[in-house]
Amino acid sequence: MPSRFTRDEVAAIAVLASLELDASEIELFARQLGDILAYADQVRQIDTTGVPPTASVVARLAADRPDEVRPSLDRDDALANAPDGALDAGFFRVPRVIG
Amino acid sequence: MTAEPDDSIAVVATVRDVRDLVRSRARSAVEVCRDALSRIAAVDPHLHAFNTVVADRALARAESIDRDPDRWRDAPLAGVPVALKDNLCTRDVRTTASSRMLESFVPPYDATVVSRLEAAGAVIVGKTNCDEFAMGSSNENSAFGPVHNPWALDRTPGGTSGGSATAVAARLTPVALGSDTGGSIRQPAAMCGVVGLKPTYGRVSRYGLIAHASSLDQIGPLGRTVHDVALTLGVLAGPDPADATSALEPVPDYTAALTGDVRGARIGVPRALVEQGVDAEVSRAVNLALDALKWRGATLVDVDLPHARYAIPVYYLISTAEASSNLARYDGVRYGFRAEAEGPAKAGHYSLPEMYAKTRARGFGAEVKRRIMLGTYVLSAGYYDAYYLKAQQVRTLILRDYEQAFTGVDPVDVIAMPTSPTAAFRIGERAADPLQMYLADVFTVSASLAGLPAISVPCGFTADRLPVGLQLTGRRFDEATLLRVADAYERDTGWSKQLPPILSR
Repeated sequence: MPSRFTRDEVAAIAVLASLELDASEIELFARQLGDILAYADQVRQIDTTGVPPTASVVARLAADRPDEVRPSLDRDDALANAPDGALDAGFFRVPRVIG
Repeated sequence: MTAEPDDSIAVVATVRDVRDLVRSRARSAVEVCRDALSRIAAVDPHLHAFNTVVADRALARAESIDRDPDRWRDAPLAGVPVALKDNLCTRDVRTTASSRMLESFVPPYDATVVSRLEAAGAVIVGKTNCDEFAMGSSNENSAFGPVHNPWALDRTPGGTSGGSATAVAARLTPVALGSDTGGSIRQPAAMCGVVGLKPTYGRVSRYGLIAHASSLDQIGPLGRTVHDVALTLGVLAGPDPADATSALEPVPDYTAALTGDVRGARIGVPRALVEQGVDAEVSRAVNLALDALKWRGATLVDVDLPHARYAIPVYYLISTAEASSNLARYDGVRYGFRAEAEGPAKAGHYSLPEMYAKTRARGFGAEVKRRIMLGTYVLSAGYYDAYYLKAQQVRTLILRDYEQAFTGVDPVDVIAMPTSPTAAFRIGERAADPLQMYLADVFTVSASLAGLPAISVPCGFTADRLPVGLQLTGRRFDEATLLRVADAYERDTGWSKQLPPILSR
């Protein structure tokens, strides 16, 4: 486990996270992420042999319901917050992807 | 600044008082609403508890309640002004999560808790400031500026529901809603001298809560008295078809549990956990509170939570992993902010991945970026088992410690400890050191990881007149016992009647 990340490592994580970072942020996060993970290292020292992971504390789900058609969000409402909504066509517009 | 005249409704009134005044028509809902709005206008410029105040909407709603008294005669929150943390969606009212990313986001639907409050007669007056996407421990991570603690304006109110805690402490509204992922209701409640309850995971629907860490997030009330919090929980709790994690357990009458009788109640104290790193004045106040409960007939029992000291690193591994996934939705396409092309990209090709990365760079603040980075790393190939999976296993051990305390040999009914190791710290004091900031949550995160209900109740002041909170943690879905013990303690103290200096000077 690195106590300090290299700039390249931070830049690689930023790509995975879809975050554009400037040079000073990369420098800062290289140090801070290293500090936080060094602190978190105590967790890795605990013997967890045979201990199942807990992803959720929910005992039973209330999710079952009849499979019925019900009204959902109005299309104009759904598009109303879009930075570039094409209301007439009913689409979200994004920057040109092809060619 | 001076307070309103002494007969001002907000200063003296609890939720129950206001509700009774409106139901008996001694005061109109409009009078109560105007009082709250004028108080917000006078005091909030010093506090910055609110991101948005919806005066016209609130008055229209109050008028509609006054027009139809028969309909609201038995409503549990008839005419009660309520403040909502700004990460709870409100139809047609801007909901920002205190982020640039959602600065102009207007939700097309209400959160379930909002619908339930309104069905109970509540009047929503505004949206409260918080840490951006509920990430922080001091409210300093708001994109719109920090909240100032009403007990000392140069100090933070705690976080992340700092605006909601401040609104209640400064008597701007008698009750407010917050959300709690690792302590975000309890810690600001402690630092502002109010009561804050994080219900059991699943007790309250999260439909319409802007997600932070989905296996931990829970909505709950902040109020001046335990009774008000119990009353409000009764309105919020119960299953919701729109939230698959909401629980089917029946909802009892929480106010009926407030008997004042704690004889025979067994209160666990994890001495080993709290003997280090706690401010001496905080320790003293908490120990006096435990003495008071003992005097009322409760029994204090030593309990051991050997893995609770790992709760902070476990919490930051799990919550950041979940946050990095939840916040992937902010990509500048469907809602929220979008960064436009600049520089060379403007002239030529602005690619979709470039748009995502720029949008997220401009839309998110530093702490949110830091957590997305950490969460992305711990979930990435090669590190998942070492960090995320390992943290989930230790989460199991933390859960088992609590199970052992609540159901093992010598079981206890509640577990008591300080809510926070210190009273409110100064704005800016910890801002440069994220790790130091995370330690403010040392006593609150373990109940979150275990999904247990926990409450912070005021238990005194430091020499500097800063509030201190006592945290009680209970069994799953046993909010009733938690509230009963907290209420019994509150009956012996006058903490909730003390006014912060901003109202009395």
